Amino acid sequence: MLIDVLSLLPESWVRHLPVLVVLGPMLLSPICAAMPKWRIAWALALFGIITSSVFAFALLQDVMAHGRVSYALGGWAPPLGIEFAADMLNAPVLVLVSVIGVLATIFAMPTIVQDINEEKRSLFLSAYLLCFAGLMGVAITGDAFNLFVFLEISSISTYVLVAIGGSRDRRAFTAAYNYLIMGSLGATFYVIGIGFLYAATGTLNMADMASRIPEVADSKTIHAGFAFIVAGLALKAAMFPLHQWLPNAYTYSPSFVTVFLSATATKVAFYALVRLLFSVFSPELEFQQVVFTWVLAPMAAVAAIACSFQAVFQTNIKRMLAYSSVAQVGYMLMGLSLASAAGLSASMFHMINHALMKGALFMAVAGVVMSLGSSQLKDFAGVARKAPWTATALGISALSLVGVPLTAGFLSKVALFQAALMQDWWWAVVVLAISSVLAVLYVGRMLETVFFKTPGPAQLQVKEAPLMLLIPLWVLALGSIYFGLDASFITSLTDGAANVAFSGGQP
Amino acid sequence: MSNELLISLILLIPLLVAGAVLALNSIPDVREAATLVGAGALFILCTVLAIRTGSGQEIALESPDIALGLTFAFKLEPLGAMFAMIASGLWILNSLYSIGYMRGSRERNQTRFYVCFGLALFGAMGVAMAGNLFTLFVFYEVLTLSTYPLVAHKGDENARRGARIYLLTLLGTSIGFLLMAVVWTFAIAGNLDFVEGGLLAGKVGPALGSVLLLLFAFGVGKAALMPFHFWLPNAMVAPTPVSALLHAVAVVKAGVFTILKVSVYIFGLDLLSALPGTEIVMWVGCFTIVVASLIALTKDNLKARLAYSTVSQLSYVTVGAMLANTAGASGAALQIAMHAMAKITLFMCAGAIYVATGKTEISQMRGLGRRMPIVFTCFLIASLSIIGVPPLGGSWAKYELMQGAVDADHIYVVYVLIASTLLNVAYLLPIALLGLMPPNADTLEVAGFKRPGGAPFLTVLPLAITATGCFVLFFGVDVISDFISPVFGARP
Repeated sequence: MLIDVLSLLPESWVRHLPVLVVLGPMLLSPICAAMPKWRIAWALALFGIITSSVFAFALLQDVMAHGRVSYALGGWAPPLGIEFAADMLNAPVLVLVSVIGVLATIFAMPTIVQDINEEKRSLFLSAYLLCFAGLMGVAITGDAFNLFVFLEISSISTYVLVAIGGSRDRRAFTAAYNYLIMGSLGATFYVIGIGFLYAATGTLNMADMASRIPEVADSKTIHAGFAFIVAGLALKAAMFPLHQWLPNAYTYSPSFVTVFLSATATKVAFYALVRLLFSVFSPELEFQQVVFTWVLAPMAAVAAIACSFQAVFQTNIKRMLAYSSVAQVGYMLMGLSLASAAGLSASMFHMINHALMKGALFMAVAGVVMSLGSSQLKDFAGVARKAPWTATALGISALSLVGVPLTAGFLSKVALFQAALMQDWWWAVVVLAISSVLAVLYVGRMLETVFFKTPGPAQLQVKEAPLMLLIPLWVLALGSIYFGLDASFITSLTDGAANVAFSGGQP
Repeated sequence: MSNELLISLILLIPLLVAGAVLALNSIPDVREAATLVGAGALFILCTVLAIRTGSGQEIALESPDIALGLTFAFKLEPLGAMFAMIASGLWILNSLYSIGYMRGSRERNQTRFYVCFGLALFGAMGVAMAGNLFTLFVFYEVLTLSTYPLVAHKGDENARRGARIYLLTLLGTSIGFLLMAVVWTFAIAGNLDFVEGGLLAGKVGPALGSVLLLLFAFGVGKAALMPFHFWLPNAMVAPTPVSALLHAVAVVKAGVFTILKVSVYIFGLDLLSALPGTEIVMWVGCFTIVVASLIALTKDNLKARLAYSTVSQLSYVTVGAMLANTAGASGAALQIAMHAMAKITLFMCAGAIYVATGKTEISQMRGLGRRMPIVFTCFLIASLSIIGVPPLGGSWAKYELMQGAVDADHIYVVYVLIASTLLNVAYLLPIALLGLMPPNADTLEVAGFKRPGGAPFLTVLPLAITATGCFVLFFGVDVISDFISPVFGARP
């Protein structure tokens, strides 16, 4: 299904692919900030992210063909130097983030005109590129401390992105501030945890760390480090009950930021959690099993039910989707805490699908909000009549969120069910089923409002979203359908990822 | 025509119809012609399919692995071929009827209506031809979703409320129970194929098997077992053609068809008869039969009464499947066909009365039969078929079911069937008789026609045909029983 990008690139580039996926956007970021015309800045951003995604695809193909790719930054050999490493666990994440990045950037064109004051747009795009580069960096790096650095790059620029929404809705300031405090706590926890691990193992390179941890696994230092790392990353990934920053941040930031964050930021944090738990620590460690069974799995279950329940009672459509995101993170954590290859593969599968559907849902909502000016659910009455294309894409993605057959969301849910059944975790299946029924409630309420309620005078003024918004929206919506009919490509990737996590990439 | 092409075409035609209807939005006459031509073609193809299935050909089509070892598979067996023929054949008549009804009562959004009808038929065909449980589940959901806009058609608060209950019950049960049962089956058996003699046979103990059976029985909300029956009366807010084809035939029959198919090919009748859970489902089915009939007695709204009657009659099929013997299961299969023919007639009559006079309550229909003799005569014939009076089709189904109950040594089922028959008489016959009686002594006046000229010809013709069909089915029952007997033939 992929064209062979790898062979199109010059040989000398291929060697540098791991660093190239981060480099473009990062270098373009300050240039963007200096651009007097924001449209040029936008074009630069789009260019940077497209190149990044081409490199990410090439890297994925390289990894698929030749296995793990290691890159010594600055020529300093790991474990002393910083290592960028791509394998089947992170190459798909890089592709996901960069593809979503391309679509989101196209989507940015019409929406930032409305959301952001003219003089701030270049700066905004600069912060966005920085955030993107940070996320790619988190995904590519093979160095635990370097991961912290990239995590902070992406987080700090995210606070800026959220706060820019303050020019239209001042509540964005408190949301950003809240996020800043919580996010910094998470990052601090993470770096403290890394400190402990460094003290115990004497290395910061992940692969190196992984080989040294088993000898010292029973020390208090490792236990403390583990706890700090899990708490810190779980906060970034919006694991219940550390998700409090998310609903406000999603609700009040500019639509573009919501789309981008919902489809990438929590996913990358989730990846980082997987990376640390499975290829630095190991699910065979006794204390990790305890945490899986007694902390992560129960929290995931509570998230899947409680947050779906909260979503049912939201009156703001963006906030409703935000709570649904927290619930869906619960699904992914549930799969992860099964500590099996099937569970992890299902988790990653769901993560990719969730990025597609949530990205599309927030895009479609933004498309309606553009001409409606409100994101209250009741104001969405009958907007399908005036904006059928936007509404249909919204409908498709919403069905994927419920897990209706013929959509990608269905297959990943079945995969999760199946993985849980293999472990005899009946209660997990029951939890996911209850959560799905709750999803029927809130999604049904949204679709009924959008498609069947009688529009009022304000709703009759709604216009179809601009083409620049419809294109990325429909790419994502059709993606949800395509992968609902044939997900063999995604499952081959996620199976590969699970394979890396459980047997270090040996076939 | 190769068998693979045949299956593809049968799936494709309803979709093409939906597309054509959408494209021909602005030319109503051509749009309706597209539906009719499509329905006709579909019926012919389904007949070919049935003939080939009857001659013992292997008709199958399977997609490559889509993920996790799941595939879209289609494989014909007599039950499915019969269901496909019923659904497609009645689609023709119902389309004629829809044209008369929708134009006669000047409904809005007619294009959306016909598009969704096409999609619903796509779902029904997929259910009928499904070759594994996964495919069946997928098309089951297609059917749910595509009929939701039809139920919500009017768009007022009442219609939206009914449609909400409809969707939540059907999606809720299917995601909450059915999906779990499917994945659980997958986990136990390693695949989801329909296997003669039962996929789970020999793989589950009585406890696990019973739990699975209960998940299936209640997960298939479309079979309307109590307490998950209330979506059906609520779905009556839909325009009558929808109630007629979908909520008397395609949707509800897809439900009981699923139950039957799961009983025969997933559990297998041998395993089924050994499970304690079978007994529980049978009790619930018997309870539903009696209680739904009693509720029907209290309803004055004609469509509501018919809806509860449907709830009751659907459980005949469930009970028949749970009897787990040849006579019981073939009685269940016959009931699918017989009840479809009779109930669609009843609903079409209700719709014709509504279009002509605007009346929906039974008490207002006194003497109307004098003005609409054909409609009320057909109503009487269909009522008698449901009651099970020879020479009408319904009598065979009831006979076989009773035979099955005796064979399985479940005498109480026989009593339930007899009680149900008496209740049928009590809630169905008065409607036709009241209509044919002289007008009320107080008013001395029959309700007049709201629409000049009474019921449109296109609404009366189809119901006359289906009423005749009730006779034909009585005499043609041998053809059907011979056709479906191989399904249960594996048993001595």
